[in-house]
Amino acid sequence: MMSLTAKFAEVRAGLDALSAMGRNPFDIRFEKMLSPTMALLDGRPILLLGTNNYLGLTFDAACVAESTRAIEEAGTGTTGSRIANGTYSDHALLERRLAEFYGRRSAMVFTTGYQANLGLISTLAGRGDHLLVDADSHASIYDASRLGAAEVTRFRHNDPEDLARRLRRLEGRPGDRIIVTEGIYSMLGDTAPLREIVAVKREAGACLIVDEAHSLGILGEHGRGLCEAARVEADVDFVVGTFSKSLGAIGGFATSDLPGFDLLRLVCRPYMFTASLPPAVIASVTASLARIRTDSSLGERVLSRSRRLYFGLARAGFELGPEPNPIIAVKMPERETAVRFWNRLVDEGLYVNLALPPATPGSLSLIRSSVSSAHTEAQIDRAVSIMTAVGSELRVLERRAVATALPVG
Amino acid sequence: MTDDELDVEAEIVQMLAGRLPAGVQVSTDTRIVQGLGLDSVAILDFIMDLEERFDVSIPLDRIAEVQTIGELSRAIETLTGTA
Repeated sequence: MMSLTAKFAEVRAGLDALSAMGRNPFDIRFEKMLSPTMALLDGRPILLLGTNNYLGLTFDAACVAESTRAIEEAGTGTTGSRIANGTYSDHALLERRLAEFYGRRSAMVFTTGYQANLGLISTLAGRGDHLLVDADSHASIYDASRLGAAEVTRFRHNDPEDLARRLRRLEGRPGDRIIVTEGIYSMLGDTAPLREIVAVKREAGACLIVDEAHSLGILGEHGRGLCEAARVEADVDFVVGTFSKSLGAIGGFATSDLPGFDLLRLVCRPYMFTASLPPAVIASVTASLARIRTDSSLGERVLSRSRRLYFGLARAGFELGPEPNPIIAVKMPERETAVRFWNRLVDEGLYVNLALPPATPGSLSLIRSSVSSAHTEAQIDRAVSIMTAVGSELRVLERRAVATALPVG
Repeated sequence: MTDDELDVEAEIVQMLAGRLPAGVQVSTDTRIVQGLGLDSVAILDFIMDLEERFDVSIPLDRIAEVQTIGELSRAIETLTGTA
C-alpha cells in the first residue's frame, strides 16, 4: 500500500526541506491559550499575531457565559442535520439575528465558513450557468467551483475590466452569470473594488456573491463589511461569512433577499449532509453578533491597531500589501528567507503565519500577520520591533533599501 | 496540422519563453504540469495571459483536461472557432 502515498512525494520533499530549516510551520502546537493575544509555546509565552481573532472575542465574558449556559441546557452536540434531525430554536434565532443585522430577508447558517461557500456557490451555479471567480479566491470558492456543475472561469484579481471582458464573451449564451468576490482578501489584506464590480455586474445582468469572512465586524459603519463600507449592499445579492474569525467561534452563513432562498436548505448538499453546529457555538456567536451590533469600538480599535502595525512596518522599510487592514503581509525576497524569517520570529516570541506558493498570489513568499482589537499598542510596537530586528539580521531590510534606491529605467 | 494551429502554438511557446526556469525547452508534447517547472498558480496565471491574448475564456474544467502544450493550443482554437 506504499504506493497510496507515493503521489505525495513532492509534498513530503517540501515538508522535509522546510523542517530542515527549523520548525514545521504546519504543526505549531500551543500548550495553552492565555488570552486572545498570548499563548504558551514550548513552555514560553508567545505573542499571537496570526490567529484571525480580529475582535478578540474568544475569551469575551458574555460569550463564554452564553456558551456555558447553552452546553448545560442543550448538551454538547446536536447529533444531526437540520433537515433530517430537527432544528434547535437557537439555531433559527441566530439566523433571524443575522438577517436583521444585514437587513435582508433570509439567512442560512452552515457548520463552517468553508461549507457556506461550498454550499451556496455550488448550489446556485448549476448546469448551463456561468461562474466567474476572482483569481485570488479562497480554496473554498475553488472547491465550490468543482462541486457545482456550472462553467467556471477566473478573472484577474480585483480587475473589473477583465470581468467585463469575460461577461462580454458570454453574450448570447443561455444561463445565469454568478460573480464571486471577497471583501478583504486573506493573503495580502487588499479589498475588492466593489463599486466597479457592481457596475459591471449590473450592466451584464449578473448576480454577485461577496465573501466577507475577513471583513465582518471590521469594515463599514455598522460592521457589515466591505459591502456596507462601499455603499453597494443593495446591489450585492448574497453575502457569505464566517463565525470563526471576528465572531470568535466556528461556522458560516449566507444571507440574501432572494425570494425562495430558504429552498436552498433542501438542495444544498453541504448544508443537508452534515451535523448542525453545537449549541455552545450557536450561543457564543449569537452573543458576539449582539456585541458587534451594539459596540462599534471593537471594529474601530482593530483598524487603529492595524494602521499602527502597517505604518510601523512600512517605516521600518518592509514591502507590504497595499492597504492597512487587519491582514498585513510582509513580502519576502524569496522562499528560504521567508522560512528563516518566520522561524526567527517564533524564536523571539512572535507568532505569525508563513504563507508560501502556491497558497499565495503571484508566487509570493509572505509573512502574514492578523491584528486583533485585543492587541495593546505596546504589543503592536513589540511586534514591529521584533520584525525590524529580524529584518536587519536577515538583511531583508538592507536588500530592500538597495532595491528601492536603484534608479528606475 | 493547420496554419492556425501552428500560429496559436507558436504564440504560446513565445509567451512562455520569458517565464520558464533556465534550460526548459518547450514543444507540442511538453506536459504543462510536469514539464514547465511552474507551480499550479503560475500555470493558471499564464493561462490568463493566453485568454487575454486570444480573447477567449477557457473554463477551469477544460484547463484540467489539457495535459500538453499541443492540447492547450487546440483547446484555444476550438473555443475561438479557428480550429
